[in-house]
Amino acid sequence: MDSQTVHTPHPHIVPIPVYVGVFLALVVGTIVTWQVALIDLGRLNVVVALTIAVTKATLVVLFFMHVKYSTKLTKLVVLAGIFWLLILLTITESDLLTRTWMGVPGR
Amino acid sequence: MWVFLLTEIMFFGGMFMAYLAYRQIYPESFAAASSKLNVTLGMCNTLVLIGSSLTMALAVRCAAAGSGKKLIVLFLILTLLLGGAFLGIKAKEYYDKWIHHEVPGANFHPDEWPADVDMSHASLYFALYFGMTGLHASHMIVGVGLLTFLIIRASRGAYTPAWHTPVEMVGLYWHFVDIVWIFLFPLLYLIDPHFGK
Amino acid sequence: MLTATKAIEQPKSYLTDGYGLKSWLLTSDHKRIAILYLISITFFFFIGGLFAAMIRLELATPAGDLLESDVYNKMFTMHGIVMVFFFLIPSIPATLGNFLIPPMVGAKDLAFPKINLLSWYIYVLGGIFTLYVLLTGGVDTGWTFYTPFSTSYSNTYVMAAAVGVFISGFSSILTGLNFIVTIHRMRAPGLTWFRLPLFVWANYATSMIQILGTPVIAVTILLVALERGLHIGVFDPALGGDPVLFQHLFWFYSHPAVYIMILPSMGVVSEIISTFSRKKPFGYTFIAFSSVAIAVFGFLVWGHHLFVSSQSVYAGMVFSILSYIVAIPSAIKVFNWTATMYKGSISLSTPMLYSIGFIGLFTIGGLTGLFLASLGMNVHLTDTYFVIAHFHYVMVGGAIMGYLSGLHFWWPKITGRMYPVVWSKVAAVLIFLGFNLTFFPQFILGFLGMPRRYHVYPPEFQVYNVLSSAGATILGLGYIIPFVYFMWSLKKGKLAGPNPWGATGLEWQIPSPPPTENFEVTPVITGEAYEYHAQEVVEVG
Repeated sequence: MDSQTVHTPHPHIVPIPVYVGVFLALVVGTIVTWQVALIDLGRLNVVVALTIAVTKATLVVLFFMHVKYSTKLTKLVVLAGIFWLLILLTITESDLLTRTWMGVPGR
Repeated sequence: MWVFLLTEIMFFGGMFMAYLAYRQIYPESFAAASSKLNVTLGMCNTLVLIGSSLTMALAVRCAAAGSGKKLIVLFLILTLLLGGAFLGIKAKEYYDKWIHHEVPGANFHPDEWPADVDMSHASLYFALYFGMTGLHASHMIVGVGLLTFLIIRASRGAYTPAWHTPVEMVGLYWHFVDIVWIFLFPLLYLIDPHFGK
Repeated sequence: MLTATKAIEQPKSYLTDGYGLKSWLLTSDHKRIAILYLISITFFFFIGGLFAAMIRLELATPAGDLLESDVYNKMFTMHGIVMVFFFLIPSIPATLGNFLIPPMVGAKDLAFPKINLLSWYIYVLGGIFTLYVLLTGGVDTGWTFYTPFSTSYSNTYVMAAAVGVFISGFSSILTGLNFIVTIHRMRAPGLTWFRLPLFVWANYATSMIQILGTPVIAVTILLVALERGLHIGVFDPALGGDPVLFQHLFWFYSHPAVYIMILPSMGVVSEIISTFSRKKPFGYTFIAFSSVAIAVFGFLVWGHHLFVSSQSVYAGMVFSILSYIVAIPSAIKVFNWTATMYKGSISLSTPMLYSIGFIGLFTIGGLTGLFLASLGMNVHLTDTYFVIAHFHYVMVGGAIMGYLSGLHFWWPKITGRMYPVVWSKVAAVLIFLGFNLTFFPQFILGFLGMPRRYHVYPPEFQVYNVLSSAGATILGLGYIIPFVYFMWSLKKGKLAGPNPWGATGLEWQIPSPPPTENFEVTPVITGEAYEYHAQEVVEVG
C-alpha cells in the first residue's frame, strides 16, 4: 500500500516503558515551557519555547509515530516534509527581515 | 499516509508563515491580544492531547502485539474521550471569546484593553488564532470520526498482528495533529510572559 | 490477439467492460477515469479558449471598443483561472498519466483506484463552482488574485472562484499521492527505478510538486476568504496586513505549479523523441534526475514574481540566481533530446512533429524566462506583454504541444484507432504557425512597453496586436481540427494493433485498447528500457 505498511521486518513492538517515558518527557516539556514563559527572557523566550516544542515533536515522530524503527524511505519522506516547510518559512522570512536594509530613496 | 501528512505539513505551514510574519511586525498588539487567552485551559488541552497520543500509541501497540480486541478498543475509546475533552475545552474557550466580543469581524470590541494597542492588529491576531486553532480543531473532529470507525471495527475483531494498517494510519494522523498543537500552544498562548501578573 | 479488421467484432477491452453511465461514473478503472478527465479538461480547454478569443478580438483595435474595461478584466481573469487550474494542471497527469502509469510499471491499476475516482469528482465539483462564477458574473481580479483588490475592493465573485480553485487543488493532491505510492510500491519484478520510462520519472517529479505545493495555495485561499468574509487585515494594508505576504504565499505554489504543467510534457517528449529516432534517450540518467531537480529547485524561485513588489532587494538577488540555476536541468533535457535525435533514424510522425516543435518553442520560452529572471531587465519587462509571451511559449508552445504529442502517440493505445494522418499533420503545422504568429509579436510589444491586462493601447502597437489576433485565429482553428478528427476516429479510424509505432515500453505489449486488468500475468522485466535499434524502419503515421 504505502511506505508505512509494507515494512515486513516490523514485528518490532516498542516496549511500554518507552511509551510512558516519552509521555512523561512530553508532560515535563510542557510544564517547563509554561514556567519559562513566565520569566522574561526577552527574545530568548521564543527560542526556548520553540526548542522545547521541536524536541517534543521529535519525540512524538520518532517513538509514537515509529519513525525510529521505520525504513529509510519513511525517514527521508519525513525529512523532506520538514525541509520543505523550512524553505517556505526561511526564505519568506528573509524577505521580511531584509526589506529595510537598503534605504528607500528619499527617506 | 506519510505522503498525505506531507501535504498537511505544508497546509498548516502556510498559516504558520502568516502568523510568523505578523507576529514580528506587530509584537505588542500580539502580546496584548494573546494575554486574553486562558493559559490554564491551554495547558489542560496540551496535557489532554499528549495523553491521547499515549493512549493512541498504546492502541496501535496492542493491535500489533495481538493483545486482544478488548484492550485495543479500550485504548481507542480512551483516545476518543481525551480527544473529545480537548474539543470540549476548545469549545469553552471559543465561547468565552464570543461572549467577550473577542471574535474578529463586526462585533470585535474586547474590554480592558491597554490604550495604545491597535485594534486592527489585535483583530488580526484573533483571526489567526481562530484560523489556526479552527483548522486544527476541524482536523481533530475528523480524527474523532476516524477513531469511531476504528472502534467499531476493532470491537468486531478486525485488527490482528498480521493486519492492523488502519489503526497505524489513524495513529499517524492523530500524532500529527498532536504535533501541530505542540507548536500552536507556545506560539499562541505564551507570547507575553507577564500576562495576568 | 487483435487481428479483427471488422469494427463489428469489438474484442474485450476496458471500453467494452460494462456499458451505461453508471459503469463509467462509478468505475475504479484508471483507464476509464483517464477518459473522464479527458472529456472534462477538453471541455474546460474550449471554455478557456472562448475567453482567449474575446481577448484577442478586443485587442485587434487600440480602442476599448468591443468590451468595457470591467468586462475585459473578467475575460483575462477567467481565461487564466480556467486554463491554469482546470486545464493545464490536470492535463497530462490526469489523462495520460492516469492511463499509462499502471501499464508502464506493469501494474493492473493505481495504488488507490477509488481515490482516483474521488479526485475526478472533486475536480468536477471545483469546476462546477467555477462555471457558476462564469455564468453569474465572473471575477475580475486576474488569475493571481492579488490583494487587497481581491479581498477588499473587487465587486465580483471572488469567494466562489476561490472556492472552486481550492476544491480543485485537492484533486491535484490526490492524483499526486496516488502516483507516488504507485511508482514506489507497484513496479513489476525486475523493473528497477532506472529501467522506468522517462514519462514515469516525469510524473513522479510532478507528483512531488503537487504534494508539497498545493496545500500552500489552499491555505492562502482560506486566508483570502477569511479576509474577504470578515474584513480582517490579513493582506490588506489599510487594515494592517501585508499584501506582499499574499504574493509570497501565492507564488510559493504557483511557481512550482508551472513545473507541474511542463514536467509531464517533457516526459512525453522524451518518449516520443526516443521512439521516432529509434534510439534510447541520450543520457537517460541525466534526464531522470533533471526532472527531480526541476521539481526541487522549482520551489526555491518563487520570488522572481515579486521583484518589483517591494520585496527586499537582497531576497530578490537570491531568487534571481536561483532562477538561473533552475534553467540548467531544463537545458540538460533539451541537449539530451537533441543528442538523441543525432544519428537516429528519424520518422516525422505527427507526435514527432509536435515534439520537435516543443523543443524549439520551449527553448525560446525558457530563454526569455532568463531575461525576466535578471533583476534589471525585469524592472523593464515585468507586467508587459513580454511576460505574457514568455509564459505562453512555455505553457502553450511547450506544455500543450507536449500534451498533443502524447495524445496522438497514445491515441491508438487508448482507443484502438488511428487518427487520420494527413489531417493530423495539417493541424500540427497550423498550430505551430498560428502559435508563433500569435505570440512572437507579443515579445516585441512587451519590449516596446505595452502593459499586460490593458485593453486600450496606443495606436502604434496596433500592427503587432493585429498579427497576434490573426495568429490566434489560426491557432484556434488548429485546435479544433484535432478535436474533430479524434472524434471521427472513434468510429471510423483505422483499427490499430497493439504496437503501431514499434515502440518499446510495457504499455505497447498489451492490446489496444487494453483489457481492464491491463496484464493477464504480471510481467517480469529483464532488459533495460528503450532497447531500440537505429537501423530499424517501421511504417509510422
